[in-house]
Amino acid sequence: MENSRRTFLKIAGISALGLSAKPVFNAFAVSEEHGGKKEAKVLPKKGALTAKRWALVIDTTKFKSAKDLEPIIEACHKIHNIPVFENKRHEIKWIWEEEFKHAFPDLENEHINDRIKSLPFLVLCNQCQDAPCVRACPTKATFKQEDGIVAMDFHRCIGCRFCMAACPYGSRSFNFRDPRPFIKETNKKFPTRMKGVVEKCNFCSELLAEGKQPACVEASGGALIFGDLEDPESEVRKLLKSNYTIRRKTALGTGPSIYYIV
Amino acid sequence: MPEEKKIYNKGFVVAGLIIFITIFMFPFWYNLGKAAPVPEPVLTEKAKAAKECIEPKSYMKAEHMQILDDWRSSVVRDENRVYVSSKEKEFDMSLSNTCLDCHSNKADFCDKCHNYASVNPYCWDCHIDKPKENK
Repeated sequence: MENSRRTFLKIAGISALGLSAKPVFNAFAVSEEHGGKKEAKVLPKKGALTAKRWALVIDTTKFKSAKDLEPIIEACHKIHNIPVFENKRHEIKWIWEEEFKHAFPDLENEHINDRIKSLPFLVLCNQCQDAPCVRACPTKATFKQEDGIVAMDFHRCIGCRFCMAACPYGSRSFNFRDPRPFIKETNKKFPTRMKGVVEKCNFCSELLAEGKQPACVEASGGALIFGDLEDPESEVRKLLKSNYTIRRKTALGTGPSIYYIV
Repeated sequence: MPEEKKIYNKGFVVAGLIIFITIFMFPFWYNLGKAAPVPEPVLTEKAKAAKECIEPKSYMKAEHMQILDDWRSSVVRDENRVYVSSKEKEFDMSLSNTCLDCHSNKADFCDKCHNYASVNPYCWDCHIDKPKENK
C-alpha cells in the first residue's frame, strides 16, 4: 500500500478533529438537572437488629387452646394490613393455627398423646435455609436476605404463583382480589398489597430495622423466642440446647428456621 | 408552446379539499388558545416550613422518580433504609412515611402534575397515600 504525505495528513487531521469532539459530547451529556446524578449514599438503619440467620422457637408447652394463639395472630395481621376474606379460597395467611397432624404429617402417629392431638400449632413461613420458593420464583421477587429471611419484593412479583406451588408449608397466599376494602383497620405505616401478588410472613423485617422484635414475639408473652441461630450465645440456641425441638417436614431438605418445643 | 395543465372537475376537487382541510384542522382551531396551563404543585405548610426537600428543588423535579426507584431497590433488596442527602442529612427511605409526611396533599402535589403529564404511577396501589389522616 502506498502512503503519500497527503493521505497521511488527511487522516491525521480527521483524527485530531474526532478527538476534539469528545469534550463537546461530554458537555452535552452532563447538565445540571439531567444525568448529573451524584452517587447516592445509603446506610442501614442505626439500632437495627441484625443476625446471620434469624430463627424462631415456639414453645408449644405454653399454649393450651386456640384462644392463646389469637392475640399473636391478631398482632401480626393488624400491623401488616392483612385483609379478612369470608371466602376461604381467597384467604390471606401470614401466621395461623394448624392441627399437629397437618403441620407435621411426617410425624403423624395414630396413638399420639391427648395434649398434642388437641393442641393448635402456630404455623407461619419457615424462612427456610434452602427455600424452594426462592428457587421457583422466575423474577427474583422472592429472595433470600443476608440475615436468612426469605423476603418478597412485591414490585417484582408477577403473580405466577410458582412459589405457592413450590412451598411445602402452604405459607404463601395469593391476592385474588384487591385486598384494600377487606382490611379492617389499616396500619398507615405499612403498605398494603395489590391484586395479583403473592404474599407471606416477612419475619417483621420492618420492625427489626427499628430495633424491635417481631410482632408475634412481642404479643406472645414469652412463648415465642426470636434470635440468631448462628450465634451460640443467643437465647434461641440455648433453648434448642436444653429442649427437644421439632421442625416441619425436615425430610424435604428445606431447612426450616422455625423450631417447636413440644 | 407547452401544453396547458388542467384540473378535471376543478369545482369538486377544490370544494373537497376545503372541506377536508376544515375537518382535519378542526381540533386545532377548536382548542386554539385553550392550552391547559402547566400545574404548579401545592406545598403544604409543613413542606413550606422545611424550605428544602431532601435535595434541591430542580433536582427533585427532574429526578424524583429515579430517586424513588433507587430507594425502593435499596430498601427492599439491600435492607439499607437510610438515605444520606448531598447535604449529609439523613432520611428514612419511605414514600408513605417520609415523602408524604411533608407532602401530605397527594392530590395537589403528586396527582396534579401526573394527570397533566398523563403518567399513572402505580405506587398507590399498595403504598398508603395519607399516612397522617387518621391520627
